[in-house]
Amino acid sequence: MAHFTKATSVKDWLNQRLAVEKVEKVMASEYWIPKNINFLWAMGMILAITFALLLVSGIFLLMYYQPDVKDAFYSVNYTIMRDVDFGWLWRNIHGVAASVVFLIIYIHMFTGIYYGSYKKGREMIWISGMLLFVTFSAEAFSGYMLPWGQMSYWAGMVITNIFSLGGLHFDGLVEWIRGDYVPAQAFLTRFFMLHILLLPLAILGLIGLHFAALRIPHVNNQDGEEIDFEAESKKYLAGDKVGSKVMRFGNDFLSKDLMVVGIYLVFFFYLVFFNYGFALDPVNFDPADGLKTPAHIYPEWYFLWSYEILRPFSVNIGLMAFGFAQVIFMLLPWLDRSPNAVPASRRGAFKFWYWLLLIDMIVLTAMGKLPPEGVFSTIGLVAALGFIILWIALPFITMNEKKV
Amino acid sequence: MKNKEPLILVVVVAFTLLTYWLVEPYAHSVMHKHVESQNFAYADLAPVTKTGDAANGKALVMGAGACTGCHAITKDGVAAGMDAVSAAQSYGVNPPDLSNAGAVYDAKFLAELIKNPAHALKVEHKFDAAKGQMHPMVPFFGAGGDMEQEVADMVAYLQSIAVKADELTPKMAFEEACGRCHSMKYENWTQLGTKPEFKFEKESLAYDIQVLEYQEALAKYMGKLPPDLSMYFRSRNEHFLSTFIENPQSQLAGTAMPRTGVTADAAHKVIEHMADAGDTKRAERESVGKMVMIYIVIFAIFALLWKKQVWRDLH
Repeated sequence: MAHFTKATSVKDWLNQRLAVEKVEKVMASEYWIPKNINFLWAMGMILAITFALLLVSGIFLLMYYQPDVKDAFYSVNYTIMRDVDFGWLWRNIHGVAASVVFLIIYIHMFTGIYYGSYKKGREMIWISGMLLFVTFSAEAFSGYMLPWGQMSYWAGMVITNIFSLGGLHFDGLVEWIRGDYVPAQAFLTRFFMLHILLLPLAILGLIGLHFAALRIPHVNNQDGEEIDFEAESKKYLAGDKVGSKVMRFGNDFLSKDLMVVGIYLVFFFYLVFFNYGFALDPVNFDPADGLKTPAHIYPEWYFLWSYEILRPFSVNIGLMAFGFAQVIFMLLPWLDRSPNAVPASRRGAFKFWYWLLLIDMIVLTAMGKLPPEGVFSTIGLVAALGFIILWIALPFITMNEKKV
Repeated sequence: MKNKEPLILVVVVAFTLLTYWLVEPYAHSVMHKHVESQNFAYADLAPVTKTGDAANGKALVMGAGACTGCHAITKDGVAAGMDAVSAAQSYGVNPPDLSNAGAVYDAKFLAELIKNPAHALKVEHKFDAAKGQMHPMVPFFGAGGDMEQEVADMVAYLQSIAVKADELTPKMAFEEACGRCHSMKYENWTQLGTKPEFKFEKESLAYDIQVLEYQEALAKYMGKLPPDLSMYFRSRNEHFLSTFIENPQSQLAGTAMPRTGVTADAAHKVIEHMADAGDTKRAERESVGKMVMIYIVIFAIFALLWKKQVWRDLH
């Protein structure tokens, strides 16, 4: 057993037992961050804050929500929205945060792609991030089922149907997932369980992995510069704060994180109170009705691009394209053959690839919502093919990239 | 080194706004047909040119017009001929009490309704007299005098007994114009009226059975049970509701829902009542929203100042 002495202070008492000073150093004051980074590096903190908002608002909603097909709609739209004091506020926060979290995830992802932050030892950061994207997607989808409105029901119907895998006719698998022939009580209860227990647990675990993956390779910087963290941190600790290329996470970078969070929260709460319609679809304020299909069934905006990759093709080809789109981002560190971990602007052909991918995904997003008729179908088909071609072309255009 | 942050911010905001515009305003404008409001002018109906005489109108309504054969006018002491459930089983829907019809419905609409119900209600696709499909409301064929004058008199009578426009509450407007076909569960409204508080479950269930019997007759008459309107303020937008109330056929051609013929004022009140049911906390949302915005802006300013202080030593 370790040797304990009589504590001189509360801090000392804790220090002997929990090494709080050491923990503080490792987590904050001697966790070194490069100085040459911009506000895009604060997206991780914004995501953490948004996740916290989702968790807290979700806990409050959970106290009144009833996972029963007869009562779910009522418990959301009457009990929470009318009866419970500020229930509407928690629901608006939860709904808006669920939508905005994906905007930030996409910004975070495209920041990583632009600066090559998935290369040279940072592969695990990218992979754990993509796993978080997948679990967040499942979390968003399962949560969308819970109000048991028209869009919950019909989106649940459409998405679970995907598991029949077209020509393979795995209808038994679809029934197994639903626990019934159609979305009904068994379906609602299991998605409730996924939404409030299993998926949040997975997300918490993956967030831990994502942070851990960052420790050894350190955060990337906006110039693709290789920094000797050992030497630079010594310089900082010796007093040359200005000359050192690195800074403490706490409070140096934390102060900037918090500044960006402050600006973000102004935007976030504006949406919560004054512009929440995009996150709380009107169609879902009609109670679920298995005999009345809505004129337009569409997923939430953040799923539209992958939905549009599924939609313009015949069933089997569409499913293959959809499967391709789901896994291809995960493979990015290996599809990008270039040794350069620098911003896309300095990488020749990759620069064009980056902006084309971004624009292609926005086009896919728009076409995924619009009815698949006339010119919209054509644009959607071209954009879906463009997406696949871009990813197939990636190894070839990065293979011959000059070392910078 | 050049500060690239403003440029990065512009790029991020521009792509975000572009995506938002494409999937929200633009996509919805493509998906939903836009119907212009006619401001409840009912331009297709002939104006009432004659000046009506309320006393003469009363005599017609109670006598030759035979209105009270089916309609109650409780304000003038005429009770309903039968209870609501039996009335629905006889006519399809319970004929309205006419006490406040003059305040809720447009005069031109009332005049046309008396003369040609299927036309005024825009349900000629359902009720074509030539095919023997009579509207349950029998048209008024005149009492022997100038029919235009007689109709004007009846309308004047209905207006004379109705509450004044400023006394018509949103709740009354909704119940008069919509409430015999549509329930509004979140406001405790059934097609038979506001459900009373019962001491015993047995009585409550007996009331529910009455409602179900009424609904059964109504569903037979309309083709399906008209939807509960509790959340319609959220599931449809205000413009949709307004133009739909003005002319249901404009948004949903062939629907069994009749044109209600409400005045612009009554329509406005109906929608306000729907907002009271479906968006109860809108005033609280506005006021709390303002306070939160002020708080969060102050927080952002402090965060900015703290960052400046910390970073002073880093450059």
